[in-house]
Amino acid sequence: MELDLTSIAPELQEELDRNVMFTTLETVKGWVRSNSLWPLTFGLACCAIEMMGAGGARYDLDRFGVIFRASPRQSDVMIVAGTVTKKMAPLLRRLYDQMPEPKWVIAMGSCATAGGPYVKSYSVVKGVDQIVPVDVYIPGCPPNPAALIYGINKLQEKIRYEAKTGKQVTSR
Amino acid sequence: MNQNILTTHVETSSDTGIRTEEMLLNVGPQHPSTHGVFRLVVKIDGETIKEAIPVMGYLHRGTEKLAENLTYTQIIPYTDRMDYVSGMTNNYVLCHAVETMMGLEIPERAQFLRLIAMELNRVASHLVWWGTFLLDLGAMGPFLYAFRDREKILDLFNELCGARMTFNYMRIGGVKWDAPPGWIEKTKEFVQYMKKELDSYHQLVTGNEIFLSRIEGIGKFDEKTALDYSLSGVMLRSTGVNWDLRKNEPYCIYDRFEFDVPTGTGGDCTTRYHLRMAEVVQSLRILEQALEQFPSEGEVLGKVPRVIRPPAGEAYVRIESPRGEIGCYISSTGKDKPWRLKFRRPSFTNLQILPKLLEGQSISNMIAILGSIDIVLGEVDC
Amino acid sequence: MTEENRKPTPEEKAKAAAEAMAKARAAKEAKEAAAQAEASTPATESAPASKPVSEMTPEEKAAAKKAAAAEALAKAKAAKEAAEQGEEAGSDADAKAKAAAAAKAKAAAAAAAKAKAAREAAGQGGDEGGDDAKAKAAAAAKAKAAAAAAAKAKAAQASGEAGGEEETPKAPSKNQPYLDKYVARLTEAFGADVLEASYINELSKEVPTLVIQNERWHDVATFLKNDEQLAFDYLSDLHGVDYEDRLEVYYHFYSYKNQQSVAVKVKTGREQASVASVMDLWQGANWNERETFDLLGIHFPGHSDLRRILLPDDWVGYPLRKDYVQYDEEV
Repeated sequence: MELDLTSIAPELQEELDRNVMFTTLETVKGWVRSNSLWPLTFGLACCAIEMMGAGGARYDLDRFGVIFRASPRQSDVMIVAGTVTKKMAPLLRRLYDQMPEPKWVIAMGSCATAGGPYVKSYSVVKGVDQIVPVDVYIPGCPPNPAALIYGINKLQEKIRYEAKTGKQVTSR
Repeated sequence: MNQNILTTHVETSSDTGIRTEEMLLNVGPQHPSTHGVFRLVVKIDGETIKEAIPVMGYLHRGTEKLAENLTYTQIIPYTDRMDYVSGMTNNYVLCHAVETMMGLEIPERAQFLRLIAMELNRVASHLVWWGTFLLDLGAMGPFLYAFRDREKILDLFNELCGARMTFNYMRIGGVKWDAPPGWIEKTKEFVQYMKKELDSYHQLVTGNEIFLSRIEGIGKFDEKTALDYSLSGVMLRSTGVNWDLRKNEPYCIYDRFEFDVPTGTGGDCTTRYHLRMAEVVQSLRILEQALEQFPSEGEVLGKVPRVIRPPAGEAYVRIESPRGEIGCYISSTGKDKPWRLKFRRPSFTNLQILPKLLEGQSISNMIAILGSIDIVLGEVDC
Repeated sequence: MTEENRKPTPEEKAKAAAEAMAKARAAKEAKEAAAQAEASTPATESAPASKPVSEMTPEEKAAAKKAAAAEALAKAKAAKEAAEQGEEAGSDADAKAKAAAAAKAKAAAAAAAKAKAAREAAGQGGDEGGDDAKAKAAAAAKAKAAAAAAAKAKAAQASGEAGGEEETPKAPSKNQPYLDKYVARLTEAFGADVLEASYINELSKEVPTLVIQNERWHDVATFLKNDEQLAFDYLSDLHGVDYEDRLEVYYHFYSYKNQQSVAVKVKTGREQASVASVMDLWQGANWNERETFDLLGIHFPGHSDLRRILLPDDWVGYPLRKDYVQYDEEV
């Protein structure tokens, strides 16, 4: 049977246009990873309640493919929601190390970003990026669940961009 | 880190010669069911807990030390973040302490707004408790229902004071924002809606056999133990002590409203569950009355000096938060910043009984017992 | 007498006469009370004046009240300037002035009857202090001060004691009998020196506060819990405070049986800070003492497991102390 690619019937062409696409494997990887981000439940403080609210019925996170996993071995992203204290810091690092590649970190709330209202406290780590590399920062105290969703979307964009172009994004 | 408690008991069974050892299991601090960063080191023999050692402090943020450099109004946002699920009662305890020291009078409308905010927050807090308690036990559905209804309360709060969770609403001498037009009607609608919803909650969960058999008879203690361990709130009322600071040492304008104090006698998790659900009903009752009697006009912030300087001395006041008795101690030297500020947190105190309750329980019961104490880690660690 | 009834216009005259009568009465009472004055700590003239309130007959009380009302009008300025401390006192003075103005309207009519009664009583030979003129002359100065103070006390009581935080006479606190009872029981059981101080803490909803000697604290605590009359079975709060020269531990107890609270403070030095642990009496003290140890460095001998609770175990220093220096500044 001859496969003649130069002359294809119009209906067949239409169907092909609709159902076949050409892309690179890297882009597919990016698309897949971004649309099923499984976070590690790492709610530390008040931001945890907003994270739970984001997972709740109104700001449903499940529609983004985000399912909260309890174990670090099964999660892609660690959403650090809340204040990181000096007592908690080594455990945070250990959990980050236990996550398999590829992994990302979202710093949710101003405490995780830079210490927040507790920046002058004696027992607070001033920003979780002192311990783990952070991909997305979400400011707020606490950030609205909608802000969290925006942050997750930004992470998704970042994943796709990095996958597509192979470039590391440090600020956007 | 504390190696002295981490020694396990090793024994060799005499008849078979098999060496058995207790297992040291670390529950938390990152755990879906510990309500925050709370670590429980349990020594278990099979599935039975021999000893449980709570370790906390993973969220100790030093609020009390920070408060020594902040004026009283600046401390109010920090109080929200302590017991972050019920921020209004925390706001109130600080304002109440300062106002008691200064002898300030709060305008009528502000009192009503404060009471309505605190009771709405009590309902919201009990909804969070209900949702997470059942989530811990394995039920996914109630969590979604609870948070759906909680979102309605948070919408009301959002309109009232601009924030969903860390309200920063009360000020020394009153509240900051007045209720926007139409807010009272919306709250009335919500109260009616919530009453009906509670019936559907009971239908969903309360009669469920699995649920009942899981929480029946565990976490039991009696009245003497409760008083000895300084328990408060539902933990105390579940042993039969009829004690509610809103009724026994009334503050705000609670003495104007009719409400019952649900008291149970079982002392176990089932009793506490039913008590909290009954408390929601009573809160809705108070809300109804307060919304009816809401004054149609008035100031929301009383006459307060520009710089708030309580007279030198100290004061300790306590109020009823959804978790128990929250107290605020202020030691002042007459300046605008406190010399020492201390919060007596109910979750911290109520948690002391946990090692005692867990002896001999299984791991699944441990989660249920911890859930029924209703702790919020921001408050435990302060 | 009747001549005042026939002269409605010279109201001031009648009022002055009534004032004088009332002043005489007040002077008489002040003398009486000065003789009977107990050793209550605010030993000003004003405190005794508040005592005889219960002893006065209704007539005399009303007379004094009218005098106070008339007096308050004149004293409104003084009250206003003393109201700098807080605006609520200013409104208090306004209220006082308003009450005074309202009372003044009735002063003329009521003064007649009062003057009549005073005349009669004086005419009967006088109880003590002779007749009106003598009392007026001799005790004019003293009466003015006493009446002024009495006026303030009455006005404070009349306007519902909305503050009395100035140097005015305070009515004894409603918890004073409880404080006396605790002091009495403790001195009976332990001797007077175990109590370093005892007072009513007005700022804190008038809770009786005791300061107990550090060395005997555990015995006193056992007594507080087990004594049937005191029966403080509930520990509400336990924490430490760092005053610069000393550390203090503050306890707040509640008795379900008597429905009363008490606050206890125990002092200790900064160097070897130690306070006897009460964990064996109230289990709820356990973690509170650990927290106080953790943040302030106060040792509690007798505690079964005193180690850090909120900070990591390898933390150096006690953060809540005023001289705390962060040991890991670079983090």
